[in-house]
Amino acid sequence: MTSMTRRGWMTVAVMALLAILPPVFYLTGNPFYLDLATRLSILGIAAVSLNLILGYGGLVSFGHAAFVGLGAYAVGIPAHHWLYGGMDFLATTSGLVQIPLAVAVCALFALVTGAVCLRTKGVYFIMITMAFAQMIYYLIVSIEEYGGDDGLVIDTRSELPFVNLDNPLQLFGFSYVALLVAMGLVRMITRSRFGMVLKGAKGNEERMVTLGFNVYAYRLTAYVISGAMCGFAGALLGNFTTFISPEMMDWSRSGELMFMVILGGAATTLGPILGSIAFIVVEEILSSFTIYWHLPFGLMLMAVVLYARGGLVGLLRGRGEDAE
Amino acid sequence: MDLSLLIIQALNGVQLGLLLFLVASGLTLVFGILDFVNLAHGSLYMLGAFLCASLTFVFGNFVLAVLVALPLTGVIGFLVERFVARPLYARDHLDHVLGTFGLILVLDTLAHLIWGPAGIAVPLPEWLQGQVALSETLVIPSFRLVIIGAGLSAAAGLFWLVNYTRLGMLIRAGASNRTMVSALGIDIQTLFALVFALGAMLAGLAGMLIAPITEASIGMGNNIIITAFVVIIVGGIGSMKGAFIGALLIGLIDTLGRSFLDDLFKVFMSSDAAETSAPAVSAMLIYIIMALVLSLRPQGLFPPRTR
Repeated sequence: MTSMTRRGWMTVAVMALLAILPPVFYLTGNPFYLDLATRLSILGIAAVSLNLILGYGGLVSFGHAAFVGLGAYAVGIPAHHWLYGGMDFLATTSGLVQIPLAVAVCALFALVTGAVCLRTKGVYFIMITMAFAQMIYYLIVSIEEYGGDDGLVIDTRSELPFVNLDNPLQLFGFSYVALLVAMGLVRMITRSRFGMVLKGAKGNEERMVTLGFNVYAYRLTAYVISGAMCGFAGALLGNFTTFISPEMMDWSRSGELMFMVILGGAATTLGPILGSIAFIVVEEILSSFTIYWHLPFGLMLMAVVLYARGGLVGLLRGRGEDAE
Repeated sequence: MDLSLLIIQALNGVQLGLLLFLVASGLTLVFGILDFVNLAHGSLYMLGAFLCASLTFVFGNFVLAVLVALPLTGVIGFLVERFVARPLYARDHLDHVLGTFGLILVLDTLAHLIWGPAGIAVPLPEWLQGQVALSETLVIPSFRLVIIGAGLSAAAGLFWLVNYTRLGMLIRAGASNRTMVSALGIDIQTLFALVFALGAMLAGLAGMLIAPITEASIGMGNNIIITAFVVIIVGGIGSMKGAFIGALLIGLIDTLGRSFLDDLFKVFMSSDAAETSAPAVSAMLIYIIMALVLSLRPQGLFPPRTR
């Protein structure tokens, strides 16, 4: 094994800072920054999951917010029935049921929609993922029992053994560890034979097909993994905000996730994390100045697309190190 | 379910379909010829509605406001092409999507700054406020007939423009072989800008026509754009005929599904179950149709022959 690259050290440094600083801020009387870091970690997981198919797989999904929303409602709906009755088989506050439910529902949704989406290419794929996400949005809006447009309050957070999600410090720790696991998982996947096929198909699909790989099956598998991982992030987000609404899966949320991946640097381990940090920081700073913060944010987004290719990671790259 | 209600809802469906066509035709035109994905197309629809609302108050005349607002949205489309779309043509679709997503945020926030957070209702002149009795039991607002008429005229005008004029010939030629057209000495950049402005005007017109019914509001374009995507996916991206038939199909299915699905469900399930499941299914109906079409014909119902 060669020694670690500059970017490798960078990843370790960023992740170490993210582990140490928020609890320090919290313990010194600045709980706000811990909340920010928790949200950052959760969005980071969603961005990491999107990076698997968008960055490594070259599949531009514009519907990832649907998985976040489905994951959150998989926590909210059982908790709602536990409190208000009805649907007894579903009513629970146990995270050991809710979180696997979130992952399973999202994996299933990814399997069904992915099977349709992946039959198409390019711009069709972008629009169809968007349309399916909007379908879930309207579905949730139409169900009055779960609040419809107004959303749903999660009165009781998921109950887990050993971890108390009501404690902000433990919620952060849980989210942070989950982020590390997600990053490790995606890193492992992309370095495996499976990941090589996925990346190969991004570079030249015809070549991989000629080599005898069933590209469709590989992509669908990656899509399901990505959706399930994003659903997990959604379950955490529901526990973090304790208020969920269809707005979580509005397509501008999907756009923001894409922005994190692209701004940070697609197809890199650290990229989605840097992108999430940049997004949270920009959002916090701009929205503290003006309620019209989407204006400078939109201009920034356009500037990044027009002029800064390769993302933030591209700026940090050492000499002689290529993008993965 | 009685017949007159069915006819009224069918007319509503046609009206929605024609509005969708106005939005989708611009999208499919720009995509077919420029190979450019414009997410911000819905913002042009919104700007059309707001411009029309403001001008109606300035002139005190809705029709005059529409006539002035139309070229204005064309100019906005022209500027968007020049400063956002043109630098992105050579890039991949991902960059188109991200760049125009940024543009949506900018345009929506600008609209918020200029017109405020609340929607603006657009008053209609008196002669458009009445109702037309088609039969004894069948009464529909005359403005809805105006929308249908305007939508059909715009569609007819567009077919004439694309199929029977010199500009239309260039547009079709540009769609099938861009390099050849410019090699023949046609100023392709101006042609592209014109196509973009035309698409903007069509979307703007749709916004102006709907504004008196729903009022102009921030984000109104972000809802219709996805439905317009469904339309062109079903119809076949880049095909004008596909956009027209797809738009009417989606408009009718959506409207009729929302009104009659519960009655249909009551035929084979309990009334309670129908009442709860019908809204959920009708909300998803057009997306299910889209998935069905795609699984049978991944290129849409009427894929354009060239490309």
